[in-house]
Amino acid sequence: MEILSLLADGFATSLSPFNLMIVLIGVTAGLFIGAMPGLGSVNGVAIVLPLTFIVPPSSAIILLAAIYYGAMYGGAVSSVLLGIPGASTAVATTFDGRPMAQQGRAGLALIAAAVASFVGGTISVVLFTLFAVPLADLALAFGPAEEFALVLLAFTTFVGLGGDDILKTIIMICLGLVLSTVGLDLISGQPRLIFGDLPGFYAGISFLVLAIGVYGVGEVLHTIETSKSAPSVTPAKLTFRELGAGLREMNRLWKTMSFGSFLGFFVGMLPAAGATPASLMAYGLAKTTSKKPETFGKGNIEGVAAPETANNAASTGSLLPMLTLGIPGSPTTALLLGGMVMWGLMPGPMLFIEQPDFVWGLISSLYTANFAAVAINLALIPLFVWALRMPFTVLCALVLVLCIVGGFAPSQKLHDVWLIAGFGVAGYLLRKADYPLAPLVLALVLGPLMESSFRQTLIAEQGNVLAFFERPLSATFMGLAILFFLLPLLKRMRGRAKKNGVAAAE
Amino acid sequence: MLTADRVIALALIGLSGYFMVHASALPIGWHGESGGPGGGAFPFWLSAIMALCAGGVLVRSFWQDETFVPFFDPETIRSVIAVGLALFVTIGLIPYTGAYVAIVLFLLWYLKVFGGHGWVLTGGLVVATPIFLFFFFEVALKILLPKGWTEPLFLPLYAIFF
Repeated sequence: MEILSLLADGFATSLSPFNLMIVLIGVTAGLFIGAMPGLGSVNGVAIVLPLTFIVPPSSAIILLAAIYYGAMYGGAVSSVLLGIPGASTAVATTFDGRPMAQQGRAGLALIAAAVASFVGGTISVVLFTLFAVPLADLALAFGPAEEFALVLLAFTTFVGLGGDDILKTIIMICLGLVLSTVGLDLISGQPRLIFGDLPGFYAGISFLVLAIGVYGVGEVLHTIETSKSAPSVTPAKLTFRELGAGLREMNRLWKTMSFGSFLGFFVGMLPAAGATPASLMAYGLAKTTSKKPETFGKGNIEGVAAPETANNAASTGSLLPMLTLGIPGSPTTALLLGGMVMWGLMPGPMLFIEQPDFVWGLISSLYTANFAAVAINLALIPLFVWALRMPFTVLCALVLVLCIVGGFAPSQKLHDVWLIAGFGVAGYLLRKADYPLAPLVLALVLGPLMESSFRQTLIAEQGNVLAFFERPLSATFMGLAILFFLLPLLKRMRGRAKKNGVAAAE
Repeated sequence: MLTADRVIALALIGLSGYFMVHASALPIGWHGESGGPGGGAFPFWLSAIMALCAGGVLVRSFWQDETFVPFFDPETIRSVIAVGLALFVTIGLIPYTGAYVAIVLFLLWYLKVFGGHGWVLTGGLVVATPIFLFFFFEVALKILLPKGWTEPLFLPLYAIFF
């Protein structure tokens, strides 16, 4: 009951005319950003973040969350109409969305994607509301030892579950952490890693600089290299009759959509997993539990609904650890966390106590964002078809200009703009060589927390390293972290044992 | 592909070494009395792990088979280099010609020369972008973009809006 009254207070904040307008603007912008091939929620949030100084922090985070949400809806649009995922999170939507469009059922596929996104978003927001308070209460018991163990756990999930090359993942985590130490030492206040006394480095390297570099400039360079010719847009008509038929058809898919929502929500909470694997898993699950699995990949509406529910649910899921524990569940939420810190709000359990208006305003805005997104998405489909015809050269030029100016604005130092260009080129090259970029951004955001909690614990415990294993919560996290770290090794050993077993049997 | 993998691994080892040299300006060992590591320890030892892993990538590459997939797409790499260079030139110009001139030149080059668009589209964006930037950043956010030599031209505008 207490939650309901908190939520009601939240709606009082988020339904104010100004915030409602912010949600509408954010969702519309997000839909377009998500629909553009190559640009996803993380790129959108990275590029738009510097522009949010124009509104107060509570509205700024609502704006960014709305963009995040809108981009999740929008990703499906180019998956269906172009056959190119609008964002990596919408890859699975192309499997059946594209064939549907080619069969002349593009409108139906878009309705399915929008309705599924809405169901996934709504179920996951309800789950979010239920889990947020207990999790924040649990996190109140955290001291520095638990914080360190939790951050370590977040990083080890990349090693154990990330699916990328393990050595390269560790390199990226370390690089991000080292870059986070640039500036002044947290404890002694001495300058460190300022590279021959370059004054620009005294303030450290902002997460925003890395994010704009990697997800703005780097993404544009990647898009230029991979897009050789303009893709062809499949036209989509949308009539009220089709809408009615689509809704009736979706009404039969409740099982798929609820599975997708729960799966997406819980997978989304893991830093290493997130929306892309969640949507692929939901697609696989829908296919294996279907009575007609052979129709998947040939234009089955269930194949659109499953991944779209899961990726929207995952985006909400990844907000949960960010807001309650201060540990982001995805690169996009890492940027939201960085933004909140920049505005003077420290995500974590104390936020629920000190800034309940802010927290519940944000949570309730997710409900409104969902309604806004599904309505705007369906209403603006003709506009998307038109916007998708925009040549890449126009989009890329404008994104680069925004990267330059947006990178300059927060610190007003040209030094940061140079860093953005450098990170952009480096990120482009590293990505080509299969280095995962999400752990790099997450490490830069979490680095200061990780180092300070590690050193605070050791100072308080007179240098006793075992302190991390002596407190029950911290010991649990450490144990899980070690397990995740060793997981790839165990998998390999099992694989080898199996191979030997087969060889022996032969 | 393998060559690129090795070059990047070597570059990362070099970067780690560079970080380690700079990190060792602060104590990198264990503080006996205050407990815990010194200020330079975190970056130093993390760089060391990074160097070790990059070494692992390098050594491993000698056991891998060459895939014969070129690292750069020969068809489009010229465009990538051109855009990258244009970006660096634009940022380099900002302190001298100011952000507005540099961005207008960048857009002109990108849209007209690189993108091959018509004058209507190019002209529209070249005019609209700086106006949007001026009103959004300078008037609304009070963030002044660098003007360089063009500073005197903006004085009448400042007089109107501030």
